[in-house]
Amino acid sequence: MSTDNNRLYESMGDKVLRYVTLLMAILVVILMIWIGWQMFSSSQESIQHFGWAFITSRVWDPVHHIFGALPFIYGTIVTSVVALIIAAPIGISVAIFLNEMAPSTIRKVVAFLVELLAAIPSVVYGLWGIFVLAPVLRQSVEPWLTKWFGFIPWFKGAPVGFDMFGGGIILAIMILPTITSISREVMAAVPTAHREAALALGATKWEMIRLSVLSYSKSGILGSIMLGLGRALGETMAVTMVIGNMPKISSSLFSSAYSMAAVIANEFTEATYSLYLSSCIEIGLILFGITLLLNIFARLLVWSVARGPKGGHLV
Amino acid sequence: MGQSLSIRQLEAWYGTNQTLKGINMEIAANQVTAIIGPSGCGKSTFVRCINRMHETLPGSKVKGEIILNGESIYGQDPVSLRKTVGMVFQKPNPFPSMTIFENVVAGVKLNGMRNRQNLQTIAEKSLRMAALWDEVKDRLNYSGMSLSGGQQQRLCIARALAVEPSVLLMDEPASALDPIATMRIEELVGQLKSEYTIVIVTHNMQQAARIADTTAFFLNGELVEHGPTSEIFTNPRDKRTEDYITGRFG
Ligand SMILES: Nc1ncnc2c1ncn2[C@@H]1O[C@H](COP(=O)(O)OP(=O)(O)OP(=O)(O)O)[C@@H](O)[C@H]1O
Ligand SMILES: [Mg+2]
Repeated sequence: MSTDNNRLYESMGDKVLRYVTLLMAILVVILMIWIGWQMFSSSQESIQHFGWAFITSRVWDPVHHIFGALPFIYGTIVTSVVALIIAAPIGISVAIFLNEMAPSTIRKVVAFLVELLAAIPSVVYGLWGIFVLAPVLRQSVEPWLTKWFGFIPWFKGAPVGFDMFGGGIILAIMILPTITSISREVMAAVPTAHREAALALGATKWEMIRLSVLSYSKSGILGSIMLGLGRALGETMAVTMVIGNMPKISSSLFSSAYSMAAVIANEFTEATYSLYLSSCIEIGLILFGITLLLNIFARLLVWSVARGPKGGHLV
Repeated sequence: MGQSLSIRQLEAWYGTNQTLKGINMEIAANQVTAIIGPSGCGKSTFVRCINRMHETLPGSKVKGEIILNGESIYGQDPVSLRKTVGMVFQKPNPFPSMTIFENVVAGVKLNGMRNRQNLQTIAEKSLRMAALWDEVKDRLNYSGMSLSGGQQQRLCIARALAVEPSVLLMDEPASALDPIATMRIEELVGQLKSEYTIVIVTHNMQQAARIADTTAFFLNGELVEHGPTSEIFTNPRDKRTEDYITGRFG
């Protein structure tokens, strides 16, 4: 009842603010549902036609009117995971270095450069991938990996350069600024009192980082990784330029593949009949669903990490 | 056992702002030394120089000499110095992601102790010394943040005691506490001095009078007077000390 009391005394301005912000919040939710619904209804034809087999089928053959999304789902997930495996440790290390070790001039310059990476258009990354990354991968990196780590299925096969490995690397570079700058911000927000608690106990710099900085900011760091993953899943242009665009499923990272966003971008304009178009839209729907699930999962993960021991109230 | 401290010509800066202007002071072993003085006079800075925390802040600078048990602290590794000179801060700062138990043994673990049995013994001993054991013994695996402010402060005291330092620095440890919690901490200080040298900053002059063997009065970064507590409070040599303790300024 106390809330009712409070409302009684709410000023006119607060009331307006409350309704305006509420309206905006509802608008965002409506927009989300609307987009989801639109894609769902526009992909009805392929949903009716293929059912669940759409997700499990490996064949994508527009000539014979057969469509299956599995190779694209696979390509998207593998490149995104490769990107995370590369970018998360680097991004977090860079954030620790910038925040805890670098002198302030270096911090400012490097932080600016890292953030600049985020401003480069993805088509430029794609061009760089075609003309620089792919040849280097094909001629040196991939043969070397095959030679020494070829016993792992991921690194088997004849290097092509335009493959999931290249796609993953491009994505890693693109999500590095997200991970670095957000982790750096959460680390910078760790109160001096917590750092001093560790130092005063006789912690070395690294022990202080571990005890105070990382444990305090781990949910934020996790959040930054999840944001990076979200970006990687949806990235289109750069990936389509380096991944090779072949709807294949291979255990080798050195094999050409295709991603969901790339196939939509490449084939949407060529979809000459309605089932083809509808299948492209259903891929969009799946991408939408995966992103949504990922975000829910990330939320839960961040919550469970933030909760900490019993009775605590971190974050 | 406690160790004695000898401070010689200590100066400290934050950037270009000089906060300590040549402090000379002897701190006897196994005694409680209270630091009093108006806000901003450099009390915190002074104790933070003793465990070399001051110099961890960017832009800070220290000059002069501090001798701990016959050895210069500036010739030592600050990390190991801080294991000898423990500190309790003005605001309780338990590690938020750790349980009560983990908080107490955090420092001991840094020293390489891993044996669960030993850790438990140390935790119980330290919590008992900090007069917190009875209140938390049934919920050692709860978050340190689940305690009240006063309990958190005693937890931080237990954490500092667990590593068995020789000198314990306390920067207004009771400023955020209610009278009962304050009393418990004062009792604790009285008990601890047989094993530790204690330097305690306080704004509360009754508190200084109750617990300190000697009291030092700081003003504008200078040590005005340091002597037996009874003398400082009943018969100060300096006019400024008298004005301060009688409440005429500050
Ligand atoms: N982090 C800092 N950066 C810059 N100046 C500081 C910093 N901390 C303290 N100072 C300055 O140094 C002087 C002494 O501060 P100090 O914290 O030692 O005072 P204090 O005697 O402990 O005061 P209080 O009783 O309010 O805690 C003050 O003038 C303050 O403005
Ligand atoms: Mg202070």
